[in-house]
Amino acid sequence: MPTSMETLLEVKNLKKHFPVSSSIPFKKSNQSVKAVDGVNFNVYSGETLGVVGESGCGKSTMARLINQLIKPTDGVVTFKNKNLVEMDAEMLRSTRKKIQMVFQDPYASLDPRLKVGQLIAEPLVIHKVETKESRRKRVEELLEIVGLNKRFADRYPHEFSGGQRQRINIARALALNPELIICDEPVSALDVSVQAQVINLLKQLQDQFQLTYIFISHDLNVVRYMCDRIAVMYLGKIVEIGTYEEIYSNPQHPYTKALFSAIPKKNPFEQKERIILKGTVPSPLNPPSGCHFHERCPVAMDICKAKAPKAITTENTHQASCHLVH
Amino acid sequence: MSESILNVKNLQVEFKSGSIITRAVNGVSFALNKNENIGIVGESGSGKSVTATSILRLIPSSSAKITGGEIILNGRDLLKLSNREMRKVRGNEISMIFQDPSTSLNPVFTVGNQLIETIRAHKKLTKKEAKQRAIELLELVGIPAPEKRINMYPHEFSGGMRQRVMIAIALACDPKILIADEPTTALDVTVQAQILNLMKDLQEKLDMSIIMITHDLGVVWEMCDQILVMYAGRVVESAKVEDLYHNPLHPYTWGLLESQITESQDSHAPLASIPGSPPDLSYEIKGCPFVDRCPYAQDICHNEAPKLIEPTEGHAVACHFQTETEKLERRENAYINGDTIRS
Repeated sequence: MPTSMETLLEVKNLKKHFPVSSSIPFKKSNQSVKAVDGVNFNVYSGETLGVVGESGCGKSTMARLINQLIKPTDGVVTFKNKNLVEMDAEMLRSTRKKIQMVFQDPYASLDPRLKVGQLIAEPLVIHKVETKESRRKRVEELLEIVGLNKRFADRYPHEFSGGQRQRINIARALALNPELIICDEPVSALDVSVQAQVINLLKQLQDQFQLTYIFISHDLNVVRYMCDRIAVMYLGKIVEIGTYEEIYSNPQHPYTKALFSAIPKKNPFEQKERIILKGTVPSPLNPPSGCHFHERCPVAMDICKAKAPKAITTENTHQASCHLVH
Repeated sequence: MSESILNVKNLQVEFKSGSIITRAVNGVSFALNKNENIGIVGESGSGKSVTATSILRLIPSSSAKITGGEIILNGRDLLKLSNREMRKVRGNEISMIFQDPSTSLNPVFTVGNQLIETIRAHKKLTKKEAKQRAIELLELVGIPAPEKRINMYPHEFSGGMRQRVMIAIALACDPKILIADEPTTALDVTVQAQILNLMKDLQEKLDMSIIMITHDLGVVWEMCDQILVMYAGRVVESAKVEDLYHNPLHPYTWGLLESQITESQDSHAPLASIPGSPPDLSYEIKGCPFVDRCPYAQDICHNEAPKLIEPTEGHAVACHFQTETEKLERRENAYINGDTIRS
């Protein structure tokens, strides 16, 4: 839970348009994929912001834009009152110490040829923190923090299961004492029983080190358990944002309503009526006019085809972008 | 009692790699009833996919071998058929759809080509008739404008649409049994709901039985009548889905059910999880395979493998303590224990 409402990260009008090469050789194409298309939100110190949405909606691109792994086309990312987009490389590198990432696939995100100790020490080496001897101590300490044996430092990643690898990833992300950790589907590749272990660990670390998380997931139950606030993304835009209670008890956007109707009940045999959407997510290369959701929307009106809805605040922190919301 | 159309008895599958032999499936038995769906659940590596692919004898012959058991379909043991006879069973009587729709279609042929190939392999139809049938099938699985879509390549389809094409191919010859290996795992939630709905519809229309392999219990509750919980290559519990949900008997099943996050989960309390990881199947397991992770384990569990027994009609379990006279008390918070991994 956020202890204060101090803004740690502010994202304003963030855009990333990827140019698409033309199908005719040597001819310049003016088409682009609008992966993230004008996103605004704040992240407060100590909270967990969940980002949900279907594949291709721009969740992961947004994560990479925040810590400038890819440069945005437009927009501002302010971390502790400093704009990351306009920073020079050296300044950015030192600021980025405080923003770390945990990726989805624990098999692909650990270099198979480095020992676990080397993997975890790598951020320390890059940022020239501590001496060689004290680094080893720090690595052992980190392994114990994430619930692994400190002897594991001399082993290779292939010797570990998916859950253990994800713990190694988390240890690496913690090495530089970050303030913000962006978790990009950290548990999607894990089995249920192991998933719970990793989620418990993330929660416990948040309390222990006062971490702020941006938690990307498509599993709404995981998000509900982890997050204080949720942003729902659809085709490069945030269609609804608010605290979990606000969104869960009173979803405003028809897309959010459909998504949340699919959450399994406590007793699965009293399943409530599900809203089944038509079609699939349209191509971001050629998104529908007006509201991007209108082709799949069960309550679409004429205005939805013509005009993109603006974000409207309904309650304190609850915002939705739909023409039906007043 | 409904009649069973497929009977798997004591199936054993081994994988060989150098001198290491891994017993991926170790004595799995189940019966599939007409018009019923059976769900096979378990963690990765529990042998659920190997069991399913073994039914069609599709496991790689160079490294894997079915070393024992029977698979009875209509009075015939599929394991005793010649390759030529087996080919007639695949696609015709039993079909399969796979997890990843983007890798299971051939990218260099049109969708129509791949459908027609399947139809003509099993039925004596002219090209024209087969094409007509292909269009009907695409329509059946809810693909809009099938006359146009039939000439398109897989890359022009979205993930959900590709899975629909896979289902169309699988249904080309009206099989009585459909094996679905994690059919919705690679799909988005909203598309997953569409595909599950489609499968339910088709099952009613075409009078099929489905073997659903998944690690998502939510899919099982929605789709299946029977459930088989697998662990370390064995069946540890099998029952009707409602029975299993309301009255799970095996401690592993308890753990699985408890680690599901539901809407009533208190977000301040820690989540339940099963500590440790499944055993290495390349070693002989003397006792119960779950013993290292079981919060209720006793001496006997280390030394003697429990048999699959039926304490109540239709509900089988492999645990020493779930007999008719003796039942384990399910302790609250048994699976909520510290976060350290035993090394």
